[in-house]
Formats: sequence, structure tokens, C-alpha cells
Amino acid sequence: MGPFIRAWKEMYGLDYTKRWNFTPAIKPGDELQFGKVIGQVQEGAFTHYILCGSERGKVVGVASGSVSLDEPFGELESGLEIPGCHEWPVRMPRPYKKKFAPSTPLVTGQRIIDFLFPLARGGAAIIPGGFGTGKTIFEQSVAKFADVDIVVYVGCGERGNEMTEVLTDFPELEDPCTGRPLMERTVLVVNTSNMPVAAREASVYTGITIAEYYRDMGYRVALMADSISRWAEALREISSRLEEMPGEEGYPTYLATRLAGFYERGGRVVCLGDGGREGTVTIVSAVSPPGGDFSEPVTQSSQRIAGVLWALDPDLAHRRHFPAVDWRKSYSLYAGTVDEWFRDHVSAEWPALRGEMMGLLQREEELQEIVQLVGIESLQDQERIVLLVSGMLREDFLRQSAFSENDAASHPEKTYYMLKAILSFHSLCRELLGKGIPVEKVLALPFREELGRMKELPAEGFREEALALIGRIEAEGRAGP
Amino acid sequence: MGEMVEVLLPEGSARRGQVIEFSDRHTVIQILEESTGIGVRSTRIRFTGSPARIPLSPDILGRRFNGAGDPVDGLPPVLPEKWESIMGTPINPVARDKPSHFLRTGISAIDGLNTLVRGQKLPIFSGAGLPAREIAGQILRNAGAGEEGTGEAGGKFAVVFAALGITYREANSFLEEFEQGGAGGHTVVYLNLADDPTIERLLTPRFALTAAEYLAFDHGYDVLVLLTDMTSYCDSLREVATAREEIPGRRSYPGYMYTDLATIFERAGRIRGRRGSVTQLPILTMPDDDITHPIPDLTGYITEGQIVLSRELHRKGIYPPIDVLPSLSRLMNLGIGPGKTREDHRGLADQLYACYAQGRDLRRLEAIVGEEGLLESDRRLRRFADAFEREFIGQGPGGRSLEETLDAGWKLLRLLPKDQLTRIRVEHVLKYYGE
Repeated sequence: MGPFIRAWKEMYGLDYTKRWNFTPAIKPGDELQFGKVIGQVQEGAFTHYILCGSERGKVVGVASGSVSLDEPFGELESGLEIPGCHEWPVRMPRPYKKKFAPSTPLVTGQRIIDFLFPLARGGAAIIPGGFGTGKTIFEQSVAKFADVDIVVYVGCGERGNEMTEVLTDFPELEDPCTGRPLMERTVLVVNTSNMPVAAREASVYTGITIAEYYRDMGYRVALMADSISRWAEALREISSRLEEMPGEEGYPTYLATRLAGFYERGGRVVCLGDGGREGTVTIVSAVSPPGGDFSEPVTQSSQRIAGVLWALDPDLAHRRHFPAVDWRKSYSLYAGTVDEWFRDHVSAEWPALRGEMMGLLQREEELQEIVQLVGIESLQDQERIVLLVSGMLREDFLRQSAFSENDAASHPEKTYYMLKAILSFHSLCRELLGKGIPVEKVLALPFREELGRMKELPAEGFREEALALIGRIEAEGRAGP
Repeated sequence: MGEMVEVLLPEGSARRGQVIEFSDRHTVIQILEESTGIGVRSTRIRFTGSPARIPLSPDILGRRFNGAGDPVDGLPPVLPEKWESIMGTPINPVARDKPSHFLRTGISAIDGLNTLVRGQKLPIFSGAGLPAREIAGQILRNAGAGEEGTGEAGGKFAVVFAALGITYREANSFLEEFEQGGAGGHTVVYLNLADDPTIERLLTPRFALTAAEYLAFDHGYDVLVLLTDMTSYCDSLREVATAREEIPGRRSYPGYMYTDLATIFERAGRIRGRRGSVTQLPILTMPDDDITHPIPDLTGYITEGQIVLSRELHRKGIYPPIDVLPSLSRLMNLGIGPGKTREDHRGLADQLYACYAQGRDLRRLEAIVGEEGLLESDRRLRRFADAFEREFIGQGPGGRSLEETLDAGWKLLRLLPKDQLTRIRVEHVLKYYGE
């Protein structure tokens, strides 16, 4: 291929000469239908089920052992061969038996997502944000640490150097679920910003079709589209070349329909074939609104469909508060649905703590307005404590460094104990105030630095460390002045 | 499409043009120069059979060309080693090498907080009257001078300069800068000045980048490409789009401006197994200092960060007036850290950012409630912000080594108590904070 992509070069996505060790799942006499599992091959750590394409009829012969893709995997009564691969038009959704509403969370290891704005498996989330707000790093963090079987990453109109980063980093990183190199579970669809526009328009469909293909094997798949705005712009460019009547901001009027069609290809389904395999496709797409203005058509149309909005805020990004997810604008419609899982798997307090935290952040915003007007001295002691603790929540809990070894991913249990520790510090402060201790003394309590560095502790043994810290904080309260 | 043609006038002179559109019956040719004096009946068109191409050889170093690639320094044309189409081809992402070599600019606000890496594209967002030219000159002087800390000393360094619609005066001061800095011998210059044909301006950056790619990937140079001013390039793009009766997008710039800019900015990087690199330093003027204007906006979505100049700092007399809060280098993490710069670099940069942002907020608050209304810790942060602007950013026209930059950062952090530095690892605080 060479270092440059020149016109007229054709390459095949599949290696037809490589030999696979095939274990059949069908036997002579079986009826074939679309989506039926013919057998499986082992691809690294990953079991690749061979799905039946458009072939129909009764099986008379089945291959076994070493085969390559240009050899038949079996034979039908009609004399046709059963191939080991099939083609699918990317613009057509792959069929399934039944669709369900999402119910379990997709744990991403990002505290602000898992705790405040959770995403469900089979759901869709959008990340709108102007340039420099950290969309790509955020999306890559999710791709790295999300608790899924397969990640399909579509770099749609992306920077070449960023894709290279993924290509060089992912083989070295470890998959948190299996411990194998992350690349083995990742599929990259790359269309850098200087590649042809028509290919960019097709790239997200290629990505979602690959995602659906793995879903049909019963896997949990996450599709990362970075960024859907570039796809919409490609659509606009093609539409304008076709001299179609432009709609809002020059986008074609069918933009919302096409977007909806794309997002609806995600979901939690029961696959075709036997056994009732359940597969999910979760879509996370970055949106790049021009000028950071969320009222533009792509953001608006995506927002109508996606269940989760993680709005990135340039102000937070400028002060290097990453992930720069703005907790005032973001929302998740899945919070209620997935709470049950968190109650069962982490702690029964999970939803209540979320409410407490949101309350504190909201209160801080109101208080900040007062401070802006009349200064901090005019606040009551209780309110100054609220400012202190909510500041700690922002700095020490919500902020998460994607480049730190121990902080890049935060397991829900770690998330929970971190928050628990900060909130127990809050109750300590209030208790001491109640005992009549002056606020200056409370503000100078020693635990703040320790709480701030808690995120750097490794996940292993974190629970014990956190419980010990909480114990000391509570002891301080009992000890009194 | 894009084929170059010669327009032969009856009196024997020739002009150049480019095919920009065709249908069953018509072929639309954009004349690069003026169309005055061209008659319909008497003019003949000769198709050259290829899009714009550029003759390349190592001899182009030290030469000056106009925006269409013809020599303007009075020397004969280049004896080509090869001809290359100027449109370029996308680099295969798999063949790209991850940029990881720190490129010293000598400016603390860049080296310390928004590190430039070889193979990166980092634009300077300037405003009318702000000293973008001086900063670019300063970067060139320092980048050419030292190769410290990169482990790749002695690499060949070259500068490719493309002037896009800037005035003679501005272009001249750049050229003088090259001569003074001793960079004249390894500089290639493409000049399309304000009164040169606008259409040619769409070709000029592509000539420059083709030359840069050739020097980098065929001859192993580390090339720094300076494109100024991208705003006039975009205006030319708009002019041609309107002439083609296309549907205008935001601020009547064409809807494909993102794609078009990407075909320029994406031509930066390194290729696996080859020595050289192409680093881009485009300069653009934000109309009315508006960063949401389509030109800076689309640029920011393509490039790997941006250096934003601030009128406020400029008025305060701080040079270079780099507003670090909206500035960003996306590849910074690849070029810093132990073995590349210094172990405390990341933490130090984060801490300076966080404290400066807080200090700036407090400045606003202080204007309302007065200095007495602030807590002691807040007053300290506010003093830190002032000192940071004065000493760290406002370093003057000289160059600082990386050590000097980082030490300047630590010196400022000593204005704050040690336990407030939560963004830096404990062991680094102990090592560098001192007593």
C-alpha cells in the first residue's frame, strides 16, 4: 500500500489465504437461515462465530478443521457451497428477532458518566463540544475502559495523527475485561479529514454494519463515532453537489431522518438464529457544533434521539478540568433504568448519593452568584462548608485524568468509596459547626489533601484504604474539639 | 477537474487558468490573472493534460518562488529531480509514525504549557495588530537553533514559507527575519502577495506543502511550514465558490471549507521508517477577534490545538501576548515526560493552568468586592495570576531553554502553599518545590 493512499488502489478487507481452525455447529440435515451460527473459529482471544448469509436450504455436508475463506465451509442439498463470509449492504440495517429496552449500564470507568449520567447497553449517547474540549480523548477513554466485548471506532473526518495514536497505543494497552491487548477487541474505520467526502459519508454506515455483525454473534458492542458532524457535513456537501434544496444551515432537509435511522440501528436485541442470543450495540457519537453553539441542526437532531447528553464545556476545558462534562447541561434518561444494577452490584445508596451530590453542586452554583455580588465573607458558615465540599467534589471527584495510571479508569466500587469519603467529610464539617467550632478551624481540617490524592490510589485495596480514611474522619467527629 | 490550461491571446502572450467545472457542453476555466483583454473569438486554450505540478530538487532550498511556483529571485528555473502533483495524497494512517519529539520554540507559554511536537500542526490565532509575525519569527529562530533534549541531534532543518495575500511590507519583514536568523540558506519561499491573483492563492499553500513533503520524506529534513495568512486563503476560497454559483454556508464561506482546509492542514506528520517530519505553523487573523468565526472555528477542528493571542495582554504590554487558557496543544503528552522533557512537566503545566484560571476569576471578583473582600488564600492566587502573566508569559523576545521555563513555573508556584498543589505528584513537589 505504501505511505500514501493513492487513487485506483484496491484492497480487500479479508485475508482469503489465512487458514482457520473451524469447529462446526451445524450437521447434515439442518435447515439454514439468515443469522444461523454455522460454527466458530478462534481469532486470538476472541471467538468468531461464522454466521449464515443469504443461503437457504438443507445442509448435506460440513467442513471441519483447517479451512480458508475461499474454501466452502459446507454444502447444501441444492449443490451450492456454504461460504465462511458474506456481504452486506452497509446502508441496510441487519435484521434481528426482537428489540428490547436497555436495562443494564455500560460501565465506562469515567466517574462523571457512571455516577451522574450513566449510559445503558443498547442506548445512545452524544458528546457535543467545541474544539479543544476533549471530545476525542474522552471518547478514546470510553473506548479503552468500557465494559464491552467489541469496540468499533469510526474516525470520521478525524486527524491523521490521532488515528495513529490509537493505532500505536491500543495494541500496547490491556483490555480491562480479558487482559489481552486492547487492539484485539477493537475495529477501526478510518476516514481522515483529507480523504474523499463520499467515503466519509459511507464510513459511519460501515462502522455500524460491522457493529451489527458482531451483535448478531451475541456480543456486546460499542460503536464510537468521532465525529457525526463531519458525516453530516459530508452529507451536506454531496447534497449541495446534487443541487438539492438546502434546509437549515445548508444541511439537506432529510438530515434528521438519516440521523435517526443511524441511531436506531443501535439497541439491545435478540439475534436471529437459534438459542436466543442477546446482543447489544451502544452508540457513542461525538458532535462538533460550529462555534460551540448547541442550537445547530446536527446537535439538535441527535439530541432528540440519543438518551444521554454529555455536554462538554469550553470553560472547564480551559482550566484543564477534564473530562470537561458540564454537569449543569448534561443528562441521562437511563439513570432510572440502570439504578437497579448499581444498587445490586455496588451499593444500595447509589441513587441517593447521586441526588445528594447533584444537590450540592446546584447549591454551589446559587451560592457562587451571591459570592460574585457581595463577597465570601457575607455567607453563613454552613454555606461556606457547602462551597468547600462542592469544590472538592468538582476537583477531587469529577475531574479525572486520562493520562494518569491509576486514575484513567475508576471502577464503580472505587467511585462509590471516593464519594462516600468526601461526603463523610461533609457531615464531619457540619457536625463540628453544630458543636460551635468556628468555621476557620473547620476549614483548616487536615483531611483535604488526603481526600484530594485519593484518586491516585490503585483500585486494588482501595476499599480498605477508603474505609480506613472514613473511619478516621468519623473518629475526628466523635473526638470533638 | 483541476487541470491547468494555457490561455493563448492573439497578440502572443499567454495566461494560465484552471478547470473548475465542466458539464456536457461547457468547461469553466478560472483564469489565474486578470481576464481583461481576452476575446471570445480570438483566444485559444491549450490543455496541459495534468493538474498543477511542481518541479522538485534539493536545489529549491534558498530559492524564492511566486504563488504559482515560478522563480522570482532572478535565478533560472529549478532543474527538477522529479515532478509532483501539488494536490498531495492522504497519508495512510497505518504508515504514519506517532509524533513524539519535542520541538523547542523558546517560548515558555508554548514549551511549558502547550508543547509543540514535530509533525504537529499548530496554528497561531491572531488578531489585527497583534504581533503574530514576531512570535513566528521567534519560534523560527529558536526551533532552528537548538535540537536539545530530543535525542536526535544534528537533524537537518528547513523552513518552507508561504505568503498568502499578505502585504509586501509584512512579507519583507519575514524575509529579513530569515536572513538575519541565518536561515536563508535552508528556506524555501512561495510568495503570493495581497495584489497577486487571488485564485493563485488557492494553489500557493499546496506548492509549499508539496515542497515540504518532498524535503521531509525524500531527503530527511525536519521541515517547519509557515503559512500566513490563512484568513486571506479562505477569503479566496469564498471568492471562487461564489463565482461558481455554489450555495453559500456560514458567513457565505462554502460548505466544503472544512474539507478544503483539511487537505492543507492534514499534510503534516511523520512517516514510519523515514527520517523527516512536516510541522505546520499556520497563522490566521480572527476577524474582530472572534474565535467562533468560521475560519478559526474550522481550523481548530482540524489542527492539533491552537495558540491564541490576546489583545488584553498585548495592551498590558506583555510580550508574547499568548492567552494560555484557550490555547492548547493536543500532542503535548506525546512529546513530554521523562526521557523527552522532564518528569514533572505534565503536573506542573496542569497546576499552573488551574491556579491561573482561578486567579483570573478572582480578579473579576475583586473588581466587585474589593481586595478586602477576598480571603487570604484567594489574594495569594490573584497575586500568582499577575506574576504568572508578567514573568512566565511575558518573557520578552528572547528564547528560554526548557529548564528555564520549568524553573520559572516552579518559582511562581512557590507563591502558593505546598499543600495546594494537588495536581502534581507528591514526589515531584518534594523534589522541585524546595523549602
